[in-house]
Parts: sequence; structure tokens; C-alpha cells
Amino acid sequence: MSSINKFASRMNVTVVSNKRVGQYHQIVLNVGEIVNVCKPGNFAAIRVGGDNASMILRRAFAISRVSLSGPYGGSMELIVAPFGKGSKWLCSQTEGSEIDLIAPLGSAFGIPTEPVRALLIGGGYGSAPLFGLAEVLKSRGCRVDMYLGASTGGKIYAPMEGKRSVNILRIYTEDGSMGERGRVTEPIPGLVADGLVDVIYSCGPMPMLRAISEIVAGTDVVHQCAVEESMACGVGICMTCVLPVSDADGSISMKRSCIDGPVMNGASVVWDLVGKIPEAHA
Amino acid sequence: MIDLSTTIANAWFPSPLFTASGCASSGKELAQFIDLREIGAVVTKSVMSKARHGRPTPRMAETPSGMINSIGLQGPGIDSFLAHDLPWLVSQKARVIVSIAGETVEEYATLARKIRSATGISALEVNISCPNVENRGLVFACDPEASRRVIDGVRRTLGGELPIIAKLSPDVTDLVSIAKGVVDAGADGLALINTVLSMVINLDTMRPHLGGKTGGLSGPAIRPIAVRAIYQVHEALPKIPILGMGGVSTGRDAFELILAGAKGVSVGTASFADPAAIITIQNELKELLTERGFTSVAQAVGFAHRQIEEPGDEE
Repeated sequence: MSSINKFASRMNVTVVSNKRVGQYHQIVLNVGEIVNVCKPGNFAAIRVGGDNASMILRRAFAISRVSLSGPYGGSMELIVAPFGKGSKWLCSQTEGSEIDLIAPLGSAFGIPTEPVRALLIGGGYGSAPLFGLAEVLKSRGCRVDMYLGASTGGKIYAPMEGKRSVNILRIYTEDGSMGERGRVTEPIPGLVADGLVDVIYSCGPMPMLRAISEIVAGTDVVHQCAVEESMACGVGICMTCVLPVSDADGSISMKRSCIDGPVMNGASVVWDLVGKIPEAHA
Repeated sequence: MIDLSTTIANAWFPSPLFTASGCASSGKELAQFIDLREIGAVVTKSVMSKARHGRPTPRMAETPSGMINSIGLQGPGIDSFLAHDLPWLVSQKARVIVSIAGETVEEYATLARKIRSATGISALEVNISCPNVENRGLVFACDPEASRRVIDGVRRTLGGELPIIAKLSPDVTDLVSIAKGVVDAGADGLALINTVLSMVINLDTMRPHLGGKTGGLSGPAIRPIAVRAIYQVHEALPKIPILGMGGVSTGRDAFELILAGAKGVSVGTASFADPAAIITIQNELKELLTERGFTSVAQAVGFAHRQIEEPGDEE
């Protein structure tokens, strides 16, 4: 057997709850035992539109949190922004609906073996997988600070219960409608220069991930980011979701964000070449 | 018991369901979801002589009942493929149809030479119809003479044993004449159809959406085009085995392509939605053939062309 997609399985699962949280929907699914193999950073691929839909491709969602206990056994939480046709369909599914899901897929955030000072940075609903990550880091004795940013307050996803695992939660909005006015990346250079952070975990729009990678370049700070590229299959067969990544020997190859990601080392992504093609092979 | 086995020239397969090239990578990714031994064969992603990055992103756009891809043959190159991917498939006891693609007649011949010394391959698919190349003039399958030269070169280099399946494009005026040309040049079978050249414009940027501007349309949207192409070619060349593909998502779809004249059916885009789709389709097809009174796949091949025969007459 191959190790690719090792823990993934496809199953029909039931919607336990679907709540509107600001501009997003918090959807909880009863997924059973697979919660034991889901790690922060993994994603789920969901079929949308029902049996007669003209939408033929699954939609990928970061797994926000999983829980072993609860009235329904293992459950999985997704944070969904109802922006496109597929995500709108998912957000319209009520309690008791059946969903066709494949999970867990993709790479996970690396968890340090020693307690470290971790900074978690989320852009928009990119904060979703960070709360589950914060719980794991906290249980390993890490100091966990979380900075969330968005263009406006309505786009911040920060549930009350998520704050338990976080030492400091700061919010930045570009229009100043919530938290501090400005971009979430603005305070990072100071924190890095003062040696206050060992590892940055990030999830959000690509320009934000790139900006963080550039800030920590040349420092000892490790940056693990969950990238976002549109994907057709989520399991590594379609080759649409590729990103230029530099290998250990310095050569650049187009890696699939579904199986080589979504969590990648920010220092190895060749941000300049995203959306372009590297020089031809020698 | 229904006999699901099929042949393409001298190659035998226990099932008529195959992966489609470019939709199963090199098999490893699907192994978590299906037993690769249960299907007819894994048709690998088209491999070129050198490693290749492919086209820039975005490489994908979903369209009504379909999708457009613009991958541009990203891959490891033939040497790495033969050193790593093929031995892995063989170790899994999967049957393998290797798909090759080149930019010149010579590149195809070079690839064929390397394939010739490899073991564990059931057949060679020669992809002369990938729409995602920079120069439209390089789509060999749009030009009868270029198609013929590629297949002729591959046949000469490969020798006589391994079946050659030429993969053709539906984007031509006279598909039958191109099919006849490659068969005369030494192709043992035909793969019909490659994706359909297409395009999407992003209404936000008001520019072409795909990095490569144009791409190949696949999925249920193109199935009627595949049925037409297979029917036309089977009518003109009834003895030439056809591997049919184009939007097959259910057992009924596979049955339709078989009735049109396909001896084997490849599942491509449906695997993106469900990595186990090929197994479901295989089971549905088996049931459907049984229901209709067929005792073998072979009896149903090209049935739509027959005038008055009833199913089961050939028993």
C-alpha cells in the first residue's frame, strides 16, 4: 500500500448542527471514529448540490475541530463561508441531512515535541483550524498567542469557546470595525525581532502567508502555513492545486497542495513563482 | 456468471473498466480507496521524456456538469517513471497501460524505445491529442499526416509485441480519416476521446480564467461527444478495439459507450468526485449487462450498430 491518503475514508455523515456565526456557518457533522486520525491542518472534501447537481467536484474545507465525546460520538466542526454555489448549498443543509464526505486529507500542522512559544495567525475564516491547533499546542505546554485579521469585523471568526486555549487573542481589521485598525501582519516584525516567538502557524489568504514568510525569512522562526489553491479532487490525482516548492537540493518542483499540503513550510514555498512556472528543467 | 473480461489486441483484461490517463496519476493516490487489481488496468498519466512542470495555476475551472483542466502534462519524466512509478504498480499486481506524450515525432520514438525494455506493461497508449500544449499545431491528432508519422515511429521502435493504443481528439472535422491513418500506421487500438478544447473567462478580472488560457473540457458534459465519436469510428473500423472515455460516471454511462462500440471504458473526471467511482461503475455495469441478458461484455460491444438481433443470440 501507499502512504498517500493513508487515513482517508469516504462516508455518508449526518449534520448534527448548523449555526450562523457572523458571516459564516459553523457546521458540526457526526463522523464517528475517524476523529481519532484527524489532525489540525487536515481537510475534508465534501460533495455538494445533491444527486442531480451540475456541480461535479467536491469542495475542500479545513477541519476546524474534532471532538471524541459528545452526545453523538465523534464529531467534526467545519467553518464555511457561503460565497460560492457549493458552499451555499452546504450552508443550507439542516440538522439531520446526509453529507458525502472524504476525510481526513492532506498534511497536518507539525506539533513541537518541546513546549515553544507559538503564534497563530488567521486571516478571515482561515482562523477555523487554528482553534483546534491551539488546544493541542496548549496541552503540550506551549504558550499560544493568536492574532486574527480581516478587512472588516464581520469577517472575523473567533468563537468565545475558542479563546480558552489561547493566552492572548488580538484582532485586527483594516476598517477598524473590530479590534485594532490595521493588518494582522503588522505586529509580527516586532515580535520576531524581540525574540518572543519560536513558531508561527498561519492559515488565510495567500498574500498574508507570503507576507509572513518574508517577515521571518533569515530568522530562526519556523513558519508553517496552510496554503489555498483551487483543487478538483483533493486526493492527489488531478494535479490542479500545485505550488512551486523548493526541495532540499534547491531544485523547484510543483507540489500538490492536497497531499504535499495544505500545511507547508513557508520557507520552502517559492512565493514569487506562485501562478507561474519555474524555469525548465536542465 | 457474466464474463466481464475484454481484450485490446493481444492484451487481456479481467474487467472493461480502466482509469483514464491523467486522472489517476500513477495509481498510488487511489490505492487507499480501491484495490487496483480489481479493475481492467491503470492507465497512467501521460509521461514525457523529461520532467515537466506543466502550466501555471489556475489550472482548473468547474463548468456545468464538467470541468476544464489546463495541467499541461506535469510529470516526472520517463526515467523516473520507469524507475519508481511502474515498479510500484507492478508490485501491487495492477495491470498497467503506460501513456506517453511527446513534442516531436522523435520524442515519441525515444519514449517507445525506453518502454520496449520495461516489463509489466500490458499496452502503450500514445497520447497525440493533449489540448494543453503551447502550440496548437503540436496537437498531432488534429493532423492526419502528423498522427500517422508519430504512430509509425512508435511502431517501428517498439517492435511488434506490445499493443499500441492511439488517443485521439474529438476536435477535428473528420475523425474517421485520422483513425484510419493511425491504424494503417500500426495502431492496434484507439482511445476515444481526449478532452474538448474550451475556455472560461473570469468575470471579475474580465480575463481568461486559466493560467494556460484554454483547457480541456471533461465530465458528463462531453459524454454525448464521446458516444458520437466511438459510434462513428466503430462503424468505419469495426475490427479495431476502442477504449472509450468521456464523462462516464455511472454503469449506465459505461454501458452506453460499450453499445456504441467501446471494448473498454476509462473513468476519469468521475474519480475526482469519488476516488472509488470506478468500482461502483464496474458493479453497476455488471448488473446492467446481466439484466439485459448479456453473458459477456463482448456481446454488448457495438450492439447499437446491429439491426434486429436480440441480446443473447450469440450464446
